[in-house]
Amino acid sequence: MTDRRSIKVTVNSEVHEHDVEPRLLLSDFLRSTLGLTGTHVGCEHGVCGACTVMVDGDSVRSCLMFAVQADGCRIETVEGLGAIGSLNRLQQSFHEHHALQCGFCTPGMLVTATDLMNKYPLATDEEIRKGLSGNLCRCTGYQHIVQAVRAVVGKESGR
Amino acid sequence: MKPAKFDYVVPRTLEEATAALATANGDGKILAGGQSLVPMLNFRLLKPALLVDINRIPGLAFIEEEPQAIRVGALTRHRQLETSPMIARHLPVLSEAMKHVAHLAIRNRGTIGGSLAHADPAAELPMLARLLDAELVIASRSGTRRVAAGDFFKDALTVDLTDDDIVTEIALPKLTQGTGWGFEEVSRRAGDFALAATAVTIGVTDGAVSEARIAVTGVGSKPLRISEAEALLVGHAPNAELIAEVSTLVRALVEPNTDLHASAGYRRHLIGVLVGRALDAAWRRAHGDLQRRTL
Repeated sequence: MTDRRSIKVTVNSEVHEHDVEPRLLLSDFLRSTLGLTGTHVGCEHGVCGACTVMVDGDSVRSCLMFAVQADGCRIETVEGLGAIGSLNRLQQSFHEHHALQCGFCTPGMLVTATDLMNKYPLATDEEIRKGLSGNLCRCTGYQHIVQAVRAVVGKESGR
Repeated sequence: MKPAKFDYVVPRTLEEATAALATANGDGKILAGGQSLVPMLNFRLLKPALLVDINRIPGLAFIEEEPQAIRVGALTRHRQLETSPMIARHLPVLSEAMKHVAHLAIRNRGTIGGSLAHADPAAELPMLARLLDAELVIASRSGTRRVAAGDFFKDALTVDLTDDDIVTEIALPKLTQGTGWGFEEVSRRAGDFALAATAVTIGVTDGAVSEARIAVTGVGSKPLRISEAEALLVGHAPNAELIAEVSTLVRALVEPNTDLHASAGYRRHLIGVLVGRALDAAWRRAHGDLQRRTL
């Protein structure tokens, strides 16, 4: 059997075609093959949430998926949310609320919060905390992260 | 760490999948949601020669209603179960349990078939399968068989599956109208595996319990039904004394482990408290009044 498989994925609206080993994790494909190092790798077993990216509109742990499985999929990473000088509303809110300290957990927090805002009303801070509970911030800066998400949800729902 | 090398196939039919598994002579693994398997591959706790990725087999992800049961395809993601109006209507205890299953990114990928086949001794879905007397449909090269959840779970991470078996479907009998239910879980962090959890249902006729089901997880090597405790309830209108008696019996019948998260003694105490709370909620729900304080 061949060692490598050809895949075609759309990452942040750009189409990429590569030959990958089946055991290559999606996280390593994004970081090493495509050079998109915004996606961070913390625990590599699905516990820390730092590597969370969007696959076909759903947040997933990119360390728990093989690149070969993403063939034909549409992927968004933190780089796709916005850029320096043109941050999206959530990123801007993180900036304003000092929702990052070392920044290691930030890409996963941003992607997870984006998916949470798409799927849940997040009416209470308790709901935001529960939603973010799968993402570890070892600076323990959770309070400001919750405030940053709250500010965006509040604005969007007119509260 | 990174996974060891493996061969990788993406079958388009169940027949191709079971045939591929058979060629691996026991050294193949099914890749569904991957939320339990891939961590074990990354740690190299598992080094299978072959991964059979069933994600592209059509027709394995569905939630369908039948007169007596809800049929759920094995590849149905947790997020689909969590948000299904059909499940909320006919199996509300399952909807409630899904809120406790892991985190959104994991619910987006994880599958019911994978969770049952993996059989983590502290997971919610195996316990719900036991509670609801689910039946698993399993395909292999030699045909299809049906296995009751009560016979499926053998031990921690050990189930009634052979090398070329694939769980294809789970049939969940509907709860009858008016059935009361309760679900209680304590974990160290929202979305983590349970330190202990329970799910119960109560049927009430003429003011007394006519049928009771009590399932527990996290307090033994596999999810359990505590039939001796269920029998205590039948024929009675539960009061605080009876609930305490049930809790005591449940504590006596479970065999929890000590690990770094909690001692066996704590888990044993906890499951009694949780069963009591769940029965209280179930009794009140059976009367259509969750506000009423009965105990």
